[in-house]
Amino acid sequence: MERVADSQRTLYPYVTGTSVVAIKYKDGILMAADMGGSYGSTLRYKSVERIKPIGKHSLLGASGEISDFQEILRYLDELILYDNMWDDGNSLGPKEVHNYLTRVMYNRRNKFNPLWNALVLGGIKNGQKYLGMVNMIGINFEDNHVATGLGNHLTRPILRDEWHENLTFEEGVKLLEKCMRVLLYRDRSAVNKIQISKITDEGATLFPPFSLKTYWEFSSFKNPTAGAEGSW
Amino acid sequence: MFRNQYDTDVTTWSPAGRLFQVEYAMEAVKQGSAAIGLRSKTHVVLACVNKSNSELSSHQKKIFKVDDHIGVAIAGLTADGRVLSRYMRSECINYSYTYESPLPVGRLVVQLADKAQVCTQRSWKRPYGVGLLVAGLDESGAHLYYNCPSGNYFEYQAFAIGSRSQAAKTYLERRFQNFNDSSREDLIKDALVATRESLQGDKLRSSVCTVAVVGVGEPFHILDQETVQRLIDTFEIVKEEEGPLAEPEQATEQAAPTDQGGAENQGGSPMDI
Repeated sequence: MERVADSQRTLYPYVTGTSVVAIKYKDGILMAADMGGSYGSTLRYKSVERIKPIGKHSLLGASGEISDFQEILRYLDELILYDNMWDDGNSLGPKEVHNYLTRVMYNRRNKFNPLWNALVLGGIKNGQKYLGMVNMIGINFEDNHVATGLGNHLTRPILRDEWHENLTFEEGVKLLEKCMRVLLYRDRSAVNKIQISKITDEGATLFPPFSLKTYWEFSSFKNPTAGAEGSW
Repeated sequence: MFRNQYDTDVTTWSPAGRLFQVEYAMEAVKQGSAAIGLRSKTHVVLACVNKSNSELSSHQKKIFKVDDHIGVAIAGLTADGRVLSRYMRSECINYSYTYESPLPVGRLVVQLADKAQVCTQRSWKRPYGVGLLVAGLDESGAHLYYNCPSGNYFEYQAFAIGSRSQAAKTYLERRFQNFNDSSREDLIKDALVATRESLQGDKLRSSVCTVAVVGVGEPFHILDQETVQRLIDTFEIVKEEEGPLAEPEQATEQAAPTDQGGAENQGGSPMDI
């Protein structure tokens, strides 16, 4: 039998990032992620950038295996470089990059060697907003708001209630902060160092990391197992 | 005794700095029946003259759809033209598989030119004996390119290749300045008149020409014969009935002479290395 150590495949992720949340807003796309890198369940790294601009029109956020994300970034750097080298005024937009990533992810899973990530691809080109997701087995879709991992369970219901098309930048950031706060409270691998970034027709902006104000004095936080029979 | 010593191999230079085999391939383009292309900001029209080898045979197809947004008209060796259009089709399909968007026309043309160029630099290959007018629409608008066997390519407002194409070129050179703002119908009309010019006396009928259009909101398609005949009839593009058509032509003719020099340079160069 093949030993796991001999394998070059990602059979299990090692260093992982948790949720990414992204929404469309009036002028483009807003994306948020924390900067934690978990080694199993140990919070091993505290300053991992998981949102990167891709070319002129796109923003990529990743959860899952960090090294696989770095590999994806290498692919995309090459892709954008070759695109720029044509120097003909054409450029790959968010839709093209998203489809490319879908092909890469699905192709790798077919080789039983997946890139262990869930990716969020947002962008805007010629005034056309685009927001989509791909996961490690190549499932992909577009939506007005997306979230990976636990965020998909915890924040999408909030977004469904509160998201609308004409969110201003301030409203959008406020909504994302609300989502990230819920995740910080309920996702054990979330850390309180968060990055928000936006992309508009003017280009991508990554804002400096910040922390959320938290309040841990709720009585249910103090004694979480009270009334939960059969637990510790 | 006076045999050309420098034309037995594609890669051999003549002392005058010419590659004869490549020039022969360009000559093959001139032998083929005429193909014409012209474009406005939003549309490109391709037209060609159908010539059959004998009374008993049908003519060969000279206009090919590559993708919804790209089509080609060829002059020269039809077989080579079909090989190249198959290549272009597969490039378009591969691009839209990966990016789910149409391949920019200019990029396809560069890839095609590179492919043709390789054949001029390998001793075991021969140049393609076909010229292609590539019509396409992409993000940056409508485009018309001419690809020739030497590996050169040029972008045009309007162009004609193939036998007796000079007459069509002259017509296009006289009028090309208005093409950018032409309507789709006017482009087709000009394509048909230019086609008639290259027929040199033969009557323009839908059976001797093919017309294809690509434009905003209109995927590349070849107009069917009835449509073409109807257009010929409505535009009255018939030699005997020059009357109604002659007037607008003359009006533009007056403005033309000043620019004739520039237009000629644009039309003549690629063929004459």
